[in-house]
Amino acid sequence: MNRSTQSSKTAEGGAKHSSLFSRQNTREGSAPWVFLIYAAVTALVILLCVCVGSVTVPPGQTLRILFGRASESVSFYSIIRVVRLPRVLCVALTGASLSLCGAAMQGLLKNPLADGSTLGVSSGASLGAVLSIALGLTFPALPFAGTMVMAILFAFLSLVVIMSLAYKFDNSLSTNTIILIGIIFSMFANAILSLIITFAHDKLRTITFWTMGSLAGSSYGNALVLAVVLFIGSIIIISRARELNAFAIGEDNARNIGVNVKAVRISILITVAALIGVCVSIGGTIAFVGLVAPHIIRFITGPNHKRLLPAAVFGGAVFLMFADLVARTLLRPLELPLGVVTSLVGAVLFVIIFYRSRRKG
Amino acid sequence: MGGDHKKQLMLEARGLHVQYGDYVVLDSVSFDLEEGQWLMIVGPNGAGKSTIVNAVSGGAPCTGEVLCLGRNIRSFKPHELARHIGVLAQKNAVGYSFTVREVIRLGRYAYSKGVFGGGDPGCEAAIDEALRLTGLTELENKSVLQLSGGELQRVFLAQLFSQDPKIMILDEPMNHLDLVYQKQLLGLVSDWLKTPGRAVISVMHDLSLAKAFGTQVLLLQHGRVVADGPAGEVLTREHLSQVYGMDVHEWMNELLSQWS
Repeated sequence: MNRSTQSSKTAEGGAKHSSLFSRQNTREGSAPWVFLIYAAVTALVILLCVCVGSVTVPPGQTLRILFGRASESVSFYSIIRVVRLPRVLCVALTGASLSLCGAAMQGLLKNPLADGSTLGVSSGASLGAVLSIALGLTFPALPFAGTMVMAILFAFLSLVVIMSLAYKFDNSLSTNTIILIGIIFSMFANAILSLIITFAHDKLRTITFWTMGSLAGSSYGNALVLAVVLFIGSIIIISRARELNAFAIGEDNARNIGVNVKAVRISILITVAALIGVCVSIGGTIAFVGLVAPHIIRFITGPNHKRLLPAAVFGGAVFLMFADLVARTLLRPLELPLGVVTSLVGAVLFVIIFYRSRRKG
Repeated sequence: MGGDHKKQLMLEARGLHVQYGDYVVLDSVSFDLEEGQWLMIVGPNGAGKSTIVNAVSGGAPCTGEVLCLGRNIRSFKPHELARHIGVLAQKNAVGYSFTVREVIRLGRYAYSKGVFGGGDPGCEAAIDEALRLTGLTELENKSVLQLSGGELQRVFLAQLFSQDPKIMILDEPMNHLDLVYQKQLLGLVSDWLKTPGRAVISVMHDLSLAKAFGTQVLLLQHGRVVADGPAGEVLTREHLSQVYGMDVHEWMNELLSQWS
C-alpha cells in the first residue's frame, strides 16, 4: 500500500492537514527492508547452527560445503550435508510453523497463553499419529502420509473438542477456562498415548519423542513437506491478519465491524491443525514454541498481526534453532530432547504472562 | 433522501421472539425506526433490552424478522450489514496493546474487501475525522491499554464513526462512564444523528437520559412491549408505575429536589 512507516503528526494540523499527510499512516505491515533483516538474521543463525555441534566446522569451510564444492574433508562434508543441514532446516521450519500457529491462536482466542501445547492440540496430534502407526492405518490415496493425515485430523478434532467444551463452560472464552481445558485434554490424550505405546512399543518411537519432541535424524524429505505446508499455511493465515486484529480486540467487535467470524475462525483452525499435525508427525510435541516466540516478537512489532505474523515466522525459526543448538551442545555428547529446552523456557514465561495478565484485570 | 415531509423508514422489527428452553426472553416484539429518530429501549433488568440489540445486530439467533431499509438483515453479508448497522458494545476490554488508531482503523474493515486491506481510498480520512470528532487526535498513537474506561469507550465510538453505518446501536453505553463522559458521549451521538439518513437505537437504564435524548421510547417488561411511541407519550407516570412497580415520577422528582 504505502511507503512510509512514519505516522504523521496530525495533532496540531487537525482535519485540514490530515488528508494531506494521511496516506503516510496507511502502512500497517512492515517495510520490505525489514523482511530483508529478518531473512538475513535467519540465514546467519542457520549458518551458525550448521557450523556448531559435537564437531565444530569453521564457517568458511561450511559455506564452501553448503554451496556445492567438494570439501577437503569427507567427514565434514557428510556431517554438514547429510546430518546437520536437514536437521537445522527442519528445526527452522518447525519453529516457524509452531510460532505462526501460536500467534494466530493468541489473536483468534484473544488469549496470550494460547499455543499448540497449552491448548492440548499437539497432544491430540501425537495421539493421532501414534494411533495410525500402532494400528497400521493408511489412507488408500495417501499411502505414505497416513501418520500425517491422522495427526492433522486429530489436531483439528482436538481444537473442536476443546473449543466446544470451553464455550459450554464459559461463553466468554476467558483465558483461564480455555487453558485449563487444554491442559486437562492434554493430560487425557497423553495418558491414552502412553497406554498405546506400552502395548505397541515395538512399532513406536519412545514416549519421550512424542511428549518432548526431537528433530534428530530428520531428512530433506521432512524439510520439503514442512516447507510446503508452512508456505501454504502462512499465506492463509497472513492474509487473515486484519481479521485476527479484530478477533484480538474481541469477537463481538469483530462481528460488529463486519468480519465473517465463523468463516474466519474455521479457516484459521483448519490451517493451524494442518501445521501442528505435520510438525508433530515429524518432530513430536515441541512445547511452548508458539507461546515463547510470538511473545518476544510482539515486543518488537507490537500486536498488529500485519507485522506480527510475518515476524513470528522468522522469530520462531530462530528461537527453535537456538533451542536445538542448546539441546545438541549443552551436555555433549549427550543430547537433550528439544522439548526439554523449549519447555524450560516456556514454563517460566507462561507464569510471567499469566501473572501479568491477572494483574491487569 | 426524505426531506422534512417524508421520513425514510430505516428499520422494522417484526415479531421478534427469543426463547431459551421454556424461558421466553422476547415475546413478539415489533417496532419501527425512522430516519432522524433516536429510539430508547428502556425497562427493568431482565426485560430483554440487550437481547433486542443482539437480535437486531445479527449477533443472536431469533425468530421474526428485521428489515433494514426494507431488506431482511439475514440476506446481508457480514460486511454489508456492517455498513448499515453499527454497534457500540456495553464493555470493550482489549487485551493487547493496539494503538488507538489501529482500533479505529478496524471500523473501516467493511469498506476494503481486498485481502490485505486495500481498495478503500477514504480510509485514512475517515479515521482522521473520527479522531477529530471524538477528540482523540492527540492520543492516536497511544496504546489502548493505557487509556481510562471513558477514553476507551470513546475509541470504540470513534471506530463506529469511521465505520459510518446508517443505524447506530448503543448497548447501555453509559454503564461504566462517569457523568462527564456520559454527557460527552450522548452529545457526540446527537451531533452524529443530525446528518440525514441516520438513526440511533440505544438501550438505556437511566430514564432521565432516555427522556432527554430519545425521540422515541420502547418500554419493555418481561420481554413484551408495554408502550412504544414518542418519548413523552411512553414515559408517563402510569406506564412507569406499571413496569417498575413504584412511583418513578415521584422518585425522580424527589431525587432532583436534592439539587435545588
